[in-house]
Amino acid sequence: MNYADLFRVTLSETALDIAALLVLVVDLGFLRKAALQIRVFSAVLIGVFGCAAAVAVMPFQAEGGLSYPGSTDLLLATGGYTAIAQVGILMLTVLTLFFLVGSDFTKHVGEFVSVTLMAATGGLLICSAQDLLVIFVGLELLSLGLYVLTAFAKRSGKSAESAMKYYLFGGMSAAFLLFGFSYLYGLTGSTNLHEIMRGLFAPAVLNSTPLLYVALVMIAAGLGFKVAAVPFHLWAPDTYQGAPAPAAAFIASVSKVASFALLIGISAAALHAMDQVHGAGLVTATLSGDAPRFMGFHWGWSTLMAILAVASMVFGNLAALAQDSVRRLLAYSAIAHAGYILLAIAYFSRSNVSANAILYYILTYGLTIIGAFGAVSVVERVNGSDRMDAFLGLYKRNGLLAGILLVLFLSLAGIPPLVGFWAKFNLFAAVLQVNRGATPFTLVAIAVAMSAVSLYYYLQVLKRVFVMPPSNATSVKGSPLAMGVLALITIAVIALGCLPGLMQSWMASFYAGM
Amino acid sequence: MNSLPLLTIITLLPVIGAVIAVFTGRHSRAVAQVTGILSLLLSLLIWIRLPADGSIGLQELHQWVPSLGVQYHLGVDGLGALMLILSALVSLMSIDAAHRVRHEPGLFFALVLLLEAGLFGTFTALNFFHWFIFWELSLIPAFFLIKLWGGPRRGPAATQFFVYTMVGSVALLLSFLAVYHATGSMDFIDLAAMAASGSLEHRVFASLGPVMMWLAVGVLAGFAVKVPLAPFHTWLPAAYSEAPSPVTMLLTGGMSKMGVYGLLRIALPLFGPQIAAIRTPLLVLAVITIVMGAWAAAAQKDLKRVFAYSSVNHLGYCLLGIFAIAVHAGGNVADSVSQAAALNGVILQMFNHGLTAAAIFWFISMIQFRSAGLRGIDNFGGLRQPAPVFAGLMGITLFSSLGLPGLNGFVGEFLIFRGVFPLSWVAASVSVLGLLVTAAVILTVILKVFTGPVPQRWAEFPDLHGGERLGVAPVIGLMFLLGLLPQIVIERVNPTVQYLLAHWRF
Amino acid sequence: MLAWTIYISFAGALMLALLPKGNAALARAIALVVAAAGFAIAIAGFASGAGQGRVTIIDVPWVPMMGIHYTLAADGISRVLVLLTGLAAVSGVLFSWNIEFRTNEFFAFFLALIGGVYGVFLSFDLFLLFVFYEIAIVPKYFLIAIWGSTRREYAAMKLALYSFVGSAMVLVVLLAAYASSGSHSTGLVSLANANLPVSFQMWAFPVAFIGFGILAGLWPFHTWAPTGHVAAPTAASMLLAGVVMKLGAYGCLRVAIGLFPHGLDPWGWSFWGIGSWRDVFALLAVIGIIYGALVALAQTDFKFVIGYSSVSHMGFVLLGLVTLTQVGVDGAVLQMFSHGVIAGLLFAIVGRIVYERTHTRQLGELEGMYLGRRLPFAAWAFVIAGMASMGLPGFSGFVAELQVLIGAWIAKPWWTAASGVGIVIGVAYTWRALQKAFFTDRLPRPDEHPKEGWPKFDPITWPEITATCLLFGATLIVGIYPSILLNSIEPAVKALLAGGMQ
Repeated sequence: MNYADLFRVTLSETALDIAALLVLVVDLGFLRKAALQIRVFSAVLIGVFGCAAAVAVMPFQAEGGLSYPGSTDLLLATGGYTAIAQVGILMLTVLTLFFLVGSDFTKHVGEFVSVTLMAATGGLLICSAQDLLVIFVGLELLSLGLYVLTAFAKRSGKSAESAMKYYLFGGMSAAFLLFGFSYLYGLTGSTNLHEIMRGLFAPAVLNSTPLLYVALVMIAAGLGFKVAAVPFHLWAPDTYQGAPAPAAAFIASVSKVASFALLIGISAAALHAMDQVHGAGLVTATLSGDAPRFMGFHWGWSTLMAILAVASMVFGNLAALAQDSVRRLLAYSAIAHAGYILLAIAYFSRSNVSANAILYYILTYGLTIIGAFGAVSVVERVNGSDRMDAFLGLYKRNGLLAGILLVLFLSLAGIPPLVGFWAKFNLFAAVLQVNRGATPFTLVAIAVAMSAVSLYYYLQVLKRVFVMPPSNATSVKGSPLAMGVLALITIAVIALGCLPGLMQSWMASFYAGM
Repeated sequence: MNSLPLLTIITLLPVIGAVIAVFTGRHSRAVAQVTGILSLLLSLLIWIRLPADGSIGLQELHQWVPSLGVQYHLGVDGLGALMLILSALVSLMSIDAAHRVRHEPGLFFALVLLLEAGLFGTFTALNFFHWFIFWELSLIPAFFLIKLWGGPRRGPAATQFFVYTMVGSVALLLSFLAVYHATGSMDFIDLAAMAASGSLEHRVFASLGPVMMWLAVGVLAGFAVKVPLAPFHTWLPAAYSEAPSPVTMLLTGGMSKMGVYGLLRIALPLFGPQIAAIRTPLLVLAVITIVMGAWAAAAQKDLKRVFAYSSVNHLGYCLLGIFAIAVHAGGNVADSVSQAAALNGVILQMFNHGLTAAAIFWFISMIQFRSAGLRGIDNFGGLRQPAPVFAGLMGITLFSSLGLPGLNGFVGEFLIFRGVFPLSWVAASVSVLGLLVTAAVILTVILKVFTGPVPQRWAEFPDLHGGERLGVAPVIGLMFLLGLLPQIVIERVNPTVQYLLAHWRF
Repeated sequence: MLAWTIYISFAGALMLALLPKGNAALARAIALVVAAAGFAIAIAGFASGAGQGRVTIIDVPWVPMMGIHYTLAADGISRVLVLLTGLAAVSGVLFSWNIEFRTNEFFAFFLALIGGVYGVFLSFDLFLLFVFYEIAIVPKYFLIAIWGSTRREYAAMKLALYSFVGSAMVLVVLLAAYASSGSHSTGLVSLANANLPVSFQMWAFPVAFIGFGILAGLWPFHTWAPTGHVAAPTAASMLLAGVVMKLGAYGCLRVAIGLFPHGLDPWGWSFWGIGSWRDVFALLAVIGIIYGALVALAQTDFKFVIGYSSVSHMGFVLLGLVTLTQVGVDGAVLQMFSHGVIAGLLFAIVGRIVYERTHTRQLGELEGMYLGRRLPFAAWAFVIAGMASMGLPGFSGFVAELQVLIGAWIAKPWWTAASGVGIVIGVAYTWRALQKAFFTDRLPRPDEHPKEGWPKFDPITWPEITATCLLFGATLIVGIYPSILLNSIEPAVKALLAGGMQ
């Protein structure tokens, strides 16, 4: 393996890094004296170009990824679900950057954009990583960037407090993750995902199943933190509330996409390992003997994911019912949505049905949540708070914004013909396609029921927007760019909902070469 | 067979008249009178056109809702045609009597005409669906006539009237639906034929089990409320007395006959064996109706209530005749002659009582008009002095109600007793009590109202004026005519009676 | 052609939403034109489709990977219900002519709801049906929450959540059926022919039936209905009781009975005479009939009387459906149409004609207002509507109830007897409301007698008269000549009961 090969599979990451550095150079070097507006504009422009470039170079990456010398196992993957996730991350980053325009929470715009791009790089890396250490590096790159972004609103105490909580929590869960990884290494002697998965079927591992379970729990804790699953979710409400709006949008969308791509990777690796081992007859042989019935990575992993899923779905929705701050409400709803997706991780399919469903869900969710945060931030800027009362009578004060909120929130609730409904339907159909038994069915029924509960709190916000009279009649104006982006997102939500085939065939095209 | 659908026309005519009446307000009475006269002429035309053998004629048949066995099937025999004439006559009398409707006359006469249409529809229908429509729909005009123009306690009276009848109707409906389900037909003629051959019972048993008696009870319940049969009569006195007198005329002259007609057209043909099986309890109830009606009439102080109960009594004779007929005829000639007599009597009594009772209430309304609303028995006295024509004509009517030979009231009652005595002498004997008490009641009324010293305030009691005489005279004339020459009616009714008896099976 | 009813309704809704505020007259005009156009298309479609079986309007792949098609088709049942929707739409717009507050938004939500309803009745793909079913929920919420009256926010939320829970149950069944049938297609016809295992149908049927039944007012899931109807503005109550509840019943018929017929088979054991889901739901339906009627009898708020009477009448529909006989199901569908028209009429009279003038719905207060004299139009309209609601012959309700009762006789006689009781109580509560509101027994005192002594009510406007006559005409025509609808309904029901949706 040489750097040339490595370079050939990391073209996108490289493009982003170059853009990040370019932003810093331009902002700190040339635009020192310029007005804030111009600096923001140029930084965002460069960032957007960087992302665009990253997307553009993706087809030129080496097909199939980078494998270890002398082995067929991948170190870094390209194409397939990886590519979908990466393109998604890049597009969502672009959208969050647009929302930076017009905001005034910081003067250090160059640094902000640059850190954002670097975090996005970490995200890209996570999507393609197939080795424990690379995963960890990518995760840390993403997370450190997120901690910094959260703290960016220096004038807000909440921002600093939530960043601190996020950082401490994140650090601790990173430690857990690493600990779990180390056990995996200890059990199998390798840090490559595929080799680990295969190795877990070895007879030697059978005697140390408790160790495997400990490892699984640790890893679940670490990754659960990233996706804000219950009971590792405690950072989420504070962070969503305290972070400046573009940062919160970024956390809610990009980091989730990356984390779920990682989870997809792990689950896919586990299943493929099962296939290969199964072919060798090892699994069936041990199943009939006195050996523990459940071996390998997959069963324990499935159960853990299912538990996290149910806990997140139920707790997230129920806690959201009581919220008065819209941002916290969105945070708890994010926890709930993570719960739904974790169901599909728990019941993962050998074909790419589950992967597609998950990615469809998280990408469209990311799109919608960015829109939601954008709209909320417009209201916040005028009213100074994100409490429910700030939204009173919004239909009179800004009809377009009210309409946008209507579409986005209903999509989050899962009302057709918006994309949120289709994403949920697709996800649940994928789960049931994998396993038609009573347990997954009950879990899907719980998910649907919780979805019904979620309608209540979304309607509470919409009630204030449309039904209740305004407390003051000041009109709410957003910057033209922000409103334009929001409108585009809304149109996309409606269009993708009415024509789900569009995005599905787009995703299918990524597998064409494989 | 004439191609003009006479039966449809006669039913539609009052409806059109009603619509016109609503919009003509002050002239609505004239409109109603014209409509009434036309209806009467039409009914006479129908009477002339009846087939000679007593079967159902002037039939009109069209498909309506084929999947439900519902057809637009109209037809009349002697019974039906006689009822048409009665309804037309009573409606016309009622319109004549209502010459002082202060409040919303247009609506009043419209409702009266709608009620007349309802009567016509019921008497001509040969398919249950169609028949039931008119049966139920006629309740609405009656209710509103009582409710809006009635006396001080009209509200409860109207409600009681409506609710009682509706409950009975629901029972009737459910039973008939069961019959439909078992046989697939709603046509009276078809069902009667099935019952006569015995296949109705078989079919009901086959599809529903041993419920035939329940169905019979349900059907009887519906009619028992309408006629009324004791103890389902409690709505009647209140309704009759609270309703304005023209409406009472319609109630007693037309609507009560709907119940009897129903028994003759539906209950007896279809449920003959069942009714024969419970004949004795039914006879008991009929006798109670007769006797109780007469006794209760004797106890009343309000003229309208007197004659309300008297109506119950007179209708009891019809019920007596009907239930007495329902005996397993073993081919005994005497029995079938008696049955024929009783049935003829029932049908005649329907007509005659309708005519007479309507006339009585007409006279009561005239009294009320002249006495500013008073109508107690004890309020008057010696009215024959200031108003001899009035006293004379009302006296004739009252004697007819009593059953004096030579007047129309006698014929029906005579034939009924003639028929019932051989069929059930116990019932007939006890019912004679009713005759006696009725005589006493009527004579008392004549005594108290028309004879004796004239109180000061009635010294100027106005006699009948020209218009009223013109209206009443034909009715009185008819009473004499039918009393002296009943065969002009019997010659058309008897063939129907023979036909029906031949096709009924007990 | 019928599909245009959906499209123009949504287009109209969008147009109205974008209309500048303050131009109420224009908003009304647009709404009326769109509603009338929809009605005209519905009539045309009904007439042209009469005699034909199921006519497929459009069938294009939507999400090919999952076998989901955008399939719109209409059989006799759909055509009749589409006709009802058109009727309800036009009369709803007319009865809302006096709304001045946020008029364009009102009609936008109204037309969106109508569009969703058209969509449900015309969908022949289960997924598409579900989509339209859910689309109809959100406009309902806003219509009640913004323009409603008593406790409107609570009622709106309750209604939205109940509906959503019901549709969640349907979603679960949809997912399960899709997975069970091999995940090839969600078309109604193919699912019906998929030979789903009986054990699956045994639990899918009750879940689907209850899921749709919630919206249809199945007892004991009906509690959203009275509150919702009372709180809703007149046009919304007309739609809710008139059309939206029929969505639920239609779903019960088309989806639950159509796709999972074996769910109604006997279980093989019985408990107090209940031996199959059919018995269970028949029992619930009969309880609904009687309970709804009894509670209506006890109400002091005029609108609550009508609200509970809707629950009672829908009980007839559901009873007719579970008799599984040709005549019973025919009656149920006819009752859907009939009650849709009659309930619309009743709510219109109570809400628009009476309440907007007297500002009270309490029967006790109305009693003292001598409305029989002062609002004769309302009084007589209610008399006729009440007669129709009672099931008096000559109106559409009689034929429908007749058929349901016959069907019930065939299935189980005691159901018929219980329903008969329900009819009698129905007479009672209608009567009571009629008496108290319009024809009170209390004679006016001498100083109350002359009409000049009373403050004058607003005169009856032309939209009110037009809409009332329209609805009357509908119930009268169907009552006198029911074949006009039965000719379409019967073949469709026959095909559906034969199974497989041929």
